[in-house]
Amino acid sequence: MGPIYIMWLRQLKRYSRSRARMIGSLGQPLIFLLAFGFGFGHIYAKAGGGDYLQFLAPGVISMAVLFTAVFSGIELIWDRQFGFLKETLVAPVSRLNIMIGRTLGGATVAMLQGIIVLIISLLFGFRPNFQSILISLLFMFLIALLFTAFGTALASQLNDMQSFPLIMNFLVMPLFFFSGAIFPLKGVTSVLTIVASCNPLAYGVDGLRASFGGDSFYGIGIDFLVLGLFSAFFLALGSYLFSKIEI
Amino acid sequence: MKNSIIEVKKLTKKFGDFTAVNNISFSVTKGEIFGFLGPNGAGKTTSIKMLTTLLHPTSGTILLDGHDTVTAKNKVRESFGIVFQDQSLDDELTAAENMEFHGVLYKVPATLRKQRTEELLKIVELWDRRNDLVKQFSGGMKRRLEIARGLLHHPKILFLDEPTVGLDPQTRNHIWNYILNLNKKEKVTVFFTTHYMEEADRVASQVTIVDHGKIIAQGTPAELKKKSKTKTLEDAFIKLTGKTLRDEDASDIESLRNQKKMWRR
Repeated sequence: MGPIYIMWLRQLKRYSRSRARMIGSLGQPLIFLLAFGFGFGHIYAKAGGGDYLQFLAPGVISMAVLFTAVFSGIELIWDRQFGFLKETLVAPVSRLNIMIGRTLGGATVAMLQGIIVLIISLLFGFRPNFQSILISLLFMFLIALLFTAFGTALASQLNDMQSFPLIMNFLVMPLFFFSGAIFPLKGVTSVLTIVASCNPLAYGVDGLRASFGGDSFYGIGIDFLVLGLFSAFFLALGSYLFSKIEI
Repeated sequence: MKNSIIEVKKLTKKFGDFTAVNNISFSVTKGEIFGFLGPNGAGKTTSIKMLTTLLHPTSGTILLDGHDTVTAKNKVRESFGIVFQDQSLDDELTAAENMEFHGVLYKVPATLRKQRTEELLKIVELWDRRNDLVKQFSGGMKRRLEIARGLLHHPKILFLDEPTVGLDPQTRNHIWNYILNLNKKEKVTVFFTTHYMEEADRVASQVTIVDHGKIIAQGTPAELKKKSKTKTLEDAFIKLTGKTLRDEDASDIESLRNQKKMWRR
């Protein structure tokens, strides 16, 4: 049993023990599925877009993964404030391994959350193509990995939770809303498509949607490539910043 | 200076304009029980953080077991164990899981890990509660677990930052006996801070007193008492450091409490 495994296991244990968090973080995706899915459904159909729920569900699944992942990364701040971070920082384990174990744990949790939302959306009438489910899971995992590393990188620079609302409202929410999760990127003003093109989540949503049998905007190959590059970048950045933490 | 396992040379740490540790040098001989004493805010914890690679010195060097704490961090981290002054447990894990986690990080083999976990948790009387979440523990229980965890891997150097604060005399006694035994049997060097002077007097083979970031006295407890013409180490300590009270910055957990208050508003 190695340090990476034990860090991973810790994240999972913490997750499985906080039922409130698990259920609480399902609230938002549920509201989106209900309010948007059923609220806009008939307008979307009238406009010739087809079944809106089929379009929306991959976006809402991505959202669940995004929020859980960022939060898992940001949890580092709690570890710092409750002192546990010190325990890991003085251990004779390279900080890279600690960061990797932690991030994999957070990403696993975020992915589980995404799978739960997938199941819920099935109950609401989402009918995806399951032939390439492995590719769907891969995309969910990449989104999870990217944003856990992103959250960790942020958290390594922060000392307390004061800036948490700032991060949610000015980083995470825009990432979600400008990703093409709730509206098709095809046909919107060029400003929005440019913004989306700089947003890693846009490629995640697009790839996930394509893998479920929906229309792709960028093409699944590009989605995979861009998402992979962003993930690698944030993992490297997160590891670097994590290794520089002083207490 | 033969056989010294800790070598500190001209160590300084500044936070902005404030100098927490001001050009101190000392060495600790292998196998010694070294008491690092001083009033609140004297720079003890800052020094320990630098010794244990958690903080970068502003200037000066530290060698632990021959390795530099800035350039050879990983080697240094292999040589010591530490019990922190404030909490460093994971509240969402059980007592046994906290021990397990530590054991894995410090590469203690599984069988030895189990054996020592049982032995140590029995010493701190938490064996019956091993499968309870730490967040259900009282402050004293957490402290005991923290110490048990710090002793799980037998390091070359053991740092104890006010290890026995808030513990009853029985537990304190048990724990010190275990540490003294470890020191004798495995030649573990012990570096500790405490505000209990009679504790320092009893266990320390060498004492260094710091105040305002500077070393103001060094020697065996007997030498210090003799030098300051006092009967107890406590009297010697007060004579050397004066009678004024010190303020300390809010600790992490205190600032967290303040923050919680703010959130509620």
